[in-house]
Amino acid sequence: MTGQPVPSMRFEPERCRGCTKCMRACPTEAIRVRRSLALRLEDRCIDCGDCIKAYPNGAMLPVTDSMTDLSRFDCKVAIPSPALFAQFDPELPLGALFAGLIGCGFDAVESLSPACDAVMAATEMFLSEHRGTRPVISSFCPTVVRLVQVKYPDLVEHLLPLEPPREISALAAKKRLALERGVAPERVGAVYLTPCSSKMVSVASPSGPEPSHLDATVSIAELYQPLSAAIAKARPPDVADSPGGETATGLSWAFLGGLPGTLPAEHSLSVSGVSNVIRIFDDIEKERLRHYDFVECHACPEGCVGGCLTVENPYVARAKTIRRIHLLGLAEAPDRAAIARRYRDGEFRLKARPSELPQRSLDPDISRAIVKMKQRDRLGAHLPGIDCGACGAPSCRAFAEDVVLGEAQMSSCPALWRRKIAKRARELASLASPRRTAKGEKP
Amino acid sequence: MAGQLDLAWEVRGRDFAGAGRASTSIKETLKGLGVQPSVVRRVAIVSYEAEMNIVMYADRGTMQLRVTPRVIRLEVDDAGPGIPDIEQAMQVGYSTATPEMREMGFGAGMGLPNMKRNSDRFDISSTVGRGTRLQIQVDQ
Repeated sequence: MTGQPVPSMRFEPERCRGCTKCMRACPTEAIRVRRSLALRLEDRCIDCGDCIKAYPNGAMLPVTDSMTDLSRFDCKVAIPSPALFAQFDPELPLGALFAGLIGCGFDAVESLSPACDAVMAATEMFLSEHRGTRPVISSFCPTVVRLVQVKYPDLVEHLLPLEPPREISALAAKKRLALERGVAPERVGAVYLTPCSSKMVSVASPSGPEPSHLDATVSIAELYQPLSAAIAKARPPDVADSPGGETATGLSWAFLGGLPGTLPAEHSLSVSGVSNVIRIFDDIEKERLRHYDFVECHACPEGCVGGCLTVENPYVARAKTIRRIHLLGLAEAPDRAAIARRYRDGEFRLKARPSELPQRSLDPDISRAIVKMKQRDRLGAHLPGIDCGACGAPSCRAFAEDVVLGEAQMSSCPALWRRKIAKRARELASLASPRRTAKGEKP
Repeated sequence: MAGQLDLAWEVRGRDFAGAGRASTSIKETLKGLGVQPSVVRRVAIVSYEAEMNIVMYADRGTMQLRVTPRVIRLEVDDAGPGIPDIEQAMQVGYSTATPEMREMGFGAGMGLPNMKRNSDRFDISSTVGRGTRLQIQVDQ
């Protein structure tokens, strides 16, 4: 299911004032503002959602499914990202939260924790037998995978070749419901309750050749209000603290440092935020980090709890999760022998590595690309180099590149025309001045 | 020449804060030109090792990049102590790194051998007390 990638956000021109906020927030320079309207360059966009975070309720809006979109399924199973639990008071029993989800219209809830435990153990198994390039880069965040494909295609072989827990959970939920409720698996809709817009892209157009087991995504931010109301309304008398069998690994999955919790700390790194991930990828490309086994990468600051579709402050969300783990008295106890069997059977293996999708170069022909790069650098030398963004490009360099590619005109640079006006003004002033006369001539 | 790009970077010795800028810029340039990812990777490794050698051992140096549609050449000149025994320096595991350099993850004696492994042509010459010159070629 490759083909045309599905955009993670939709653009609403009538809401756009051409303010350049989204453009300046974009870590991959994938937005331009032309004729006072933002424009997304698809080949550069990595679906990180930083544009949405920079201007909530602006013109860039996340694309997710609404509850009414889900009516096409006979049975809807919610698979909450652990970031959902982190939005609520840790004292609220998860049983009440699950009941609230049923109240919102879901037929069942599947916990992500068992899959997180399995995938984490499988990651350890993979790392212990892996003899290839190091460090291995976590591949659970779709934006991180896309960043590798687009900007660091030479690092594709570093990506962990395992399925993310959400896929393992979706498949397990479909099998379970088919068995328990007699619904055909294809009539079961597996719905990920997502903290970010990139999960939707991974569902609609996965990075590999295999279709996703998930069928839809619903935004946590959108669900927050109706879910809070449904929890208050449902108020079931005796609810379980952890009806889905949550585990510490499962709950920690949503925040930075949670993933390699069971790996030796001195051999792994945990990074969050696209610009920080980029710095780490730069070092991996230079082979500076070959002594590390594993790099946990999240595109959102502090991990999934910092996603653009959450409501709680990511630091508070993290503290709430730690509190919940403590209250539940959770310890690590996955059945490693059973997971090892599943690992050997290849259950967690990705069928194919994500492909390289390098962003467009200056020209497909390298000789012409060289000529264009020289032009770009020559033009760049005339620009002020202050990256003000008034021209509609995020940096003077990006602007010069746009000019060379015929997508922008030098006259769009306000600093250049100010310089021109100043020069004309000086010329006019000197023309008007009585002192400007031929040598020796009296005015 | 039309189909040839020449760029140069100055690198200062002991400037650990700015270290790696030249090699990052070289990498960005090659990516912008649409050079194959595997070739970019090799040049990235070679140029970073070369840059760090200047930063760690020399007073200053220059890195000159030449890109043509067929080859990528990197010429690295530094003013520094030079290498008395090049053959020995090319041995895997040989290093004169100080404890501070080792602290930063260098000094495994991998630098020069790693550069040679990742290039298609690798020439090194050095004058003790004057400096070192590397001429490296990676084919596209």
